[in-house]
Amino acid sequence: MRLDELQKGQTGVVKALHITGPNRRRLMDLGILPGTHIEVEMKSPLGDPVAYRVRGAVIALRQVQAREIEITLDVPSTEAAENVHS
Amino acid sequence: MSTRETTVNTHCQTCPAYQNAKLHRLGIDVSNFDYAIALAGNPNTGKSTLFNAMTGLRQHVGNWTGKTVARAEGAYNFNGKNYKVVDLPGTYSLLSTSQDEEIARDFILFGQPNATVVVVDATRLERNLNLTLQILEITDRVVVALNLIDEAERHGLQIDVRALSKQLGVPVVPMVARKGVGLEDLLGNIEAVITGQYVTRPHRVKHYDPRLEKAISQLATQLEDQFPGLPNTRWVALRLLDGDPSIEQAVREGTLGELSGVGRSDEVLMLQTA
Repeated sequence: MRLDELQKGQTGVVKALHITGPNRRRLMDLGILPGTHIEVEMKSPLGDPVAYRVRGAVIALRQVQAREIEITLDVPSTEAAENVHS
Repeated sequence: MSTRETTVNTHCQTCPAYQNAKLHRLGIDVSNFDYAIALAGNPNTGKSTLFNAMTGLRQHVGNWTGKTVARAEGAYNFNGKNYKVVDLPGTYSLLSTSQDEEIARDFILFGQPNATVVVVDATRLERNLNLTLQILEITDRVVVALNLIDEAERHGLQIDVRALSKQLGVPVVPMVARKGVGLEDLLGNIEAVITGQYVTRPHRVKHYDPRLEKAISQLATQLEDQFPGLPNTRWVALRLLDGDPSIEQAVREGTLGELSGVGRSDEVLMLQTA
């Protein structure tokens, strides 16, 4: 799934950045690399941009940027069994 | 560096009288300085707080990102030498910079300070080391100020300062800038790095392919011809190969030389002769 589909309270792990050039570099400098845990911190009233928690800091990303970040959803351990296919 | 017994000095180090013995805050009087120091670091790590502790100034401190948009200057005297301190805007990286971050990048790269203090947030060490490593790529005269160590301890974090210093190859000073804790130790380490008493061995990533290495040196030579006296030509060459648009533009317009102070800013020229 893509980062912009992540809902509040969910966490994911970055799988790939489908961006090239300076924007990719920027995301990596902000600490967003494959393997990074990422969490939705808050959403703005219109849902764009969204603030994410990354390595201890809050980073706001626009939907067009978040769309290019591929993630895998972290399944909370208690509900792991039910949500395997989601 | 310090050989003093820490147990005896815990109270002394936090006492203003102890620190004032060697430190004289000179405020905004930046004339006749012997050395220039740059304060760099991620946004919101306490650079301005440290700046105020060093200089006695009251540069606006606030708990938000992007507060220092231009650089602020102040001075202090330590052990009989005058130091000019330049407080830079916070930046996450030297590679992908927004406009205000460029001030920080250009000064560290081309302003040639005698030493650069990288202020890192001890509670977010992982995030802060990105910039630290980038700065170690371009200069070996670096001291790391491990700030907010009290908050880190409150969060149950224990940082092995000696191991960190060994791995980075530069002094690492645990600090609480807000309370002046570690200030004397920091100033002593800055002095030691500048005078060569402390020989740094900055950690550098070695991954260059021979073909890349060849391209870098070719480009660097051309840059030296085009911009005589420009420091860090290898770094600039690498950025050009990386396709960094802001560096590309600076080279094309010939403004790259201005950054180094070649034939332009008197202030930067003074730095080079200092």
